[in-house]
Amino acid sequence: MFRLFVTIASLAVTAPARADLPVAITYLRLEVDRPPVLSNLDPVPEDLGIAGAEIALADTRTTGSFLGHDYSLTVVSLPPDGDFAAAARAALQTSRLILLDADPAAILSVADLPEAASALLFNVSSGAESLRSADCRANLLHTIPEDAARTDALMQVLQRKQWQTTVLVTGPKPADRAFAEALRRSAAKFGIAIAAEKEWTFDTDLRDSTMDEVPRFTQDFPDHDVILVADETDDFGRYIEHNGWLPRPVAGSDGLVPTAWSHVIESWGAVQLQNRFEAHARRNMRGPDYAAWAAIRAIGEAVTRTSSNDPATLRAWLLAPDFQMDGFKGRGLSFRAWNGQLRQPIAVVNARALVTLAPVEGFLHQRNEMDTLGLDQPESACTAFTESP
Amino acid sequence: MTRTPPRRTAPPLPRVGRGWGRGAAPLAATLALVLATPARTDEIWVTNEKDDTISVIDTATLEVTRTIPTGERPRGITFSKDFSRVYICASDSDTVQVMDPATGEILHDLPSGEDPEQFVLHPDDRHLWIANEDDAVTTVVDVESRKVVAQINVGIEPEGMGVSRDGSIVVTTSETTNMAHWIDTATHQIIANTLVDSRPRHAEFTETELWVSSEIGGTVTVFDIATKAEKAKIRFALPGVNQDLIQPVGFEFTPDLTTAFVALGPSNHVAVVNMQTYEVETYILVGRRVWHLAFNRDHSQLFTTNGVSGDVTVIDVASRTALKSIKVGRFPWGAAFRPTE
Repeated sequence: MFRLFVTIASLAVTAPARADLPVAITYLRLEVDRPPVLSNLDPVPEDLGIAGAEIALADTRTTGSFLGHDYSLTVVSLPPDGDFAAAARAALQTSRLILLDADPAAILSVADLPEAASALLFNVSSGAESLRSADCRANLLHTIPEDAARTDALMQVLQRKQWQTTVLVTGPKPADRAFAEALRRSAAKFGIAIAAEKEWTFDTDLRDSTMDEVPRFTQDFPDHDVILVADETDDFGRYIEHNGWLPRPVAGSDGLVPTAWSHVIESWGAVQLQNRFEAHARRNMRGPDYAAWAAIRAIGEAVTRTSSNDPATLRAWLLAPDFQMDGFKGRGLSFRAWNGQLRQPIAVVNARALVTLAPVEGFLHQRNEMDTLGLDQPESACTAFTESP
Repeated sequence: MTRTPPRRTAPPLPRVGRGWGRGAAPLAATLALVLATPARTDEIWVTNEKDDTISVIDTATLEVTRTIPTGERPRGITFSKDFSRVYICASDSDTVQVMDPATGEILHDLPSGEDPEQFVLHPDDRHLWIANEDDAVTTVVDVESRKVVAQINVGIEPEGMGVSRDGSIVVTTSETTNMAHWIDTATHQIIANTLVDSRPRHAEFTETELWVSSEIGGTVTVFDIATKAEKAKIRFALPGVNQDLIQPVGFEFTPDLTTAFVALGPSNHVAVVNMQTYEVETYILVGRRVWHLAFNRDHSQLFTTNGVSGDVTVIDVASRTALKSIKVGRFPWGAAFRPTE
C-alpha cells in the first residue's frame, strides 16, 4: 500500500554555466481554403494553433533561461496549393522538432521523408483515426486528440445523464461525415442509441427562417433525448438549438461540445494559462491552440529533464511510462506508447460553462481512466511504435 | 464499467460537545480528547477564494463565528508574529491587504505586484516574500515602510513560498517551470535552481531540509539544504483511487518534526508521513479537493480547507481521524491559526 523511493543524489542545477543548448522548433502549416459558412459571427482566427505555440515558447524559454537551454520557434505557413513536403525538407535542415498543422495526407508526406526519419514530428491539427492506427508513424506524435476521444467524452456525459436515445444530423462536408462516423462508433461503445439520422441538405440561407424550417426538418424524428449534430466547419449547427420540433438539447459540433480546450476551463490553474494566452493573442484559446501549446510544452519538459536536444532522446523520454506533464486539466498528461497519442482529459462544454472534464467519474480502465477516451491499444492497428527500437 | 466511483468524501460528523446519548459512543474517546482542551477562544482563519471572505472558526466550539469581507480572490493568509495584524493575498485585487484581526477592518494595502497568490513572512517579521503568479516574479515588500524592496525574476507561475528557519534563504516554487528557486535573502539573488516534479505547489523548511510538494507529479521532494541535493522522494498510493488523482498540495509539520500532514487534493485524503523514514503511515479521509492545513494552539487538531466541498475538516491529530466537517464559504483555500489571548 505504501511506497517509498529514496534517491541519494539527483538534479541540483545551479546557475547556468555551460554554453547554451539550442532547441530549434518549426511550426509548419498548410493553409486550408475555408468554405463559406452561414454566419460570420465566429471567424476562424488567422493564428489558430500558432498563438498556442507562441505562448508555450514564452513559458518554455523562461524555464530554459535557468538551465542554459535556448528555444526558438520558426513559423512557416504555406498557401493551400504550396509544396508542403518541400517546405518540410527545407525546415528539417535547421530544425529536427516540427509541429505539423495540415491534413492527414500532408502530414504523412512529411513523416515519410527520408530527412524526417530521425526527426520528431507533432501532429497538432488532425483528429483522423487513421493516423493513430494503420497510418501511424514512429516519428509522429499527436497532441491534438483524435475525433474518437472527443466523441467518447461526449457519450460518457450522455450515458452519465441517462440521455440514451439520440438522433443525428450530418452535414455534407467530408469533415462532417468523418465526425458523424466517430459519433456512431462512440455511441455504440457507450450504449447510446442513434434512433434516426438525417442529412443536412439545405442550400438556402435560412438564417431568417430557422423557426419555420428547422422544426419541420426535425418533426419526423422519433422521440429522442438529444439531437447530435455533425457540422465540423461551423456552418448550420448553431441554428438547430432551440429550433427543434421537440424541446431537446443539441450536442456534438454545437451545443454540448467535446473539445481539447475551451476558454470556459477555469480550474486546475487554467486561469493563469487563459490569462497569458488572452494577453498575447487578444482572443480566447481554442483546441488547436492547446494542441500546439502541449507539443512545445512536451518538448520543453523533455529537454529540461534530459538536457538534450536530440530527437531520439526526447522521444524516448516522452514515451517512457513515468512521463507526466501538467496540462491545466487536473490530470498528468502522458503519451500512449503504442501510437504516440497524447493522453489527456477532454472538456465537455457549452457556450458559457464547463459541463465536465472527461473521463467522467465511474468510467474505469485497467491502465489509466483517460484511456477510456479514443482508440485503446487493442483497437489500434498501429505497429510502428512496437517495431521500432 | 460503471462501478461505484472511487472518490469519496468524509460524511458530516456529529457536532463535538453535543449529541451525547445520541449514539455518539464510538466517538467518546476522541470527544474526551477534544473536551480536555481548555475552553479558549482561539481561532482558525480560512480564506474563501470564490466568496471574497474569511471564515473565522472557533477552535473550542468548532463553529464559524464570523465571516469577514476581503478583497477579490483571497488565497494566502498569514499573521504577524504578535498576531496584531493579518496579511491576506487578495489575488484579483492585485494587493496584499493588512487587516486588524480584532475588528476585521482593513488597515491598509501593501504593494504586492500583480496577482499575489501565496507569501511567506520572513522571521524578521518585517518582510513579506510574495509569489506573483501571473508575472513570474517574486516580490519582497517591507511591511513597515510599505515599499517594494526587490523583485526577483523566477519561473512561470510562482506559488509555493518557504523561508529557512534562520531567514537566510527563501524558496519560490514555479508551477509551470517545475523548479524550486533558492534566493539569498541578503542579496536577493537566486543562488540555485533545483528541478522538482510537475506543478510544485508548496515549500516548507526544517532546520536541515526543504520539502516541496508536486501536484501533478504526485510527489513530495525532500532536499538537503546544505548541498541543495535531493535527499528523498515521497510517493503516495491509495487503494481504489487512481494514481493521477493523488495530488499533493499543502502540508504542515508537527513542531517536533516527527510527522508531516500532506493534503492530497482531489483524492480527498490527508497523508500522515513519518519525517524520519519518509514513509506514509496512514491516510485520513477529508472533504473534496483538500488544499491547505493549519494546527490549533497545542497541535492536537488540524484544520484542512476543502476547496470543492466548501468546508473545513477537523482532524484529531492523536487518533488521526476526522472529527467534524465545518461549512465555510465557497472554495476555501488558505488557513491560519490565531490565538486570542
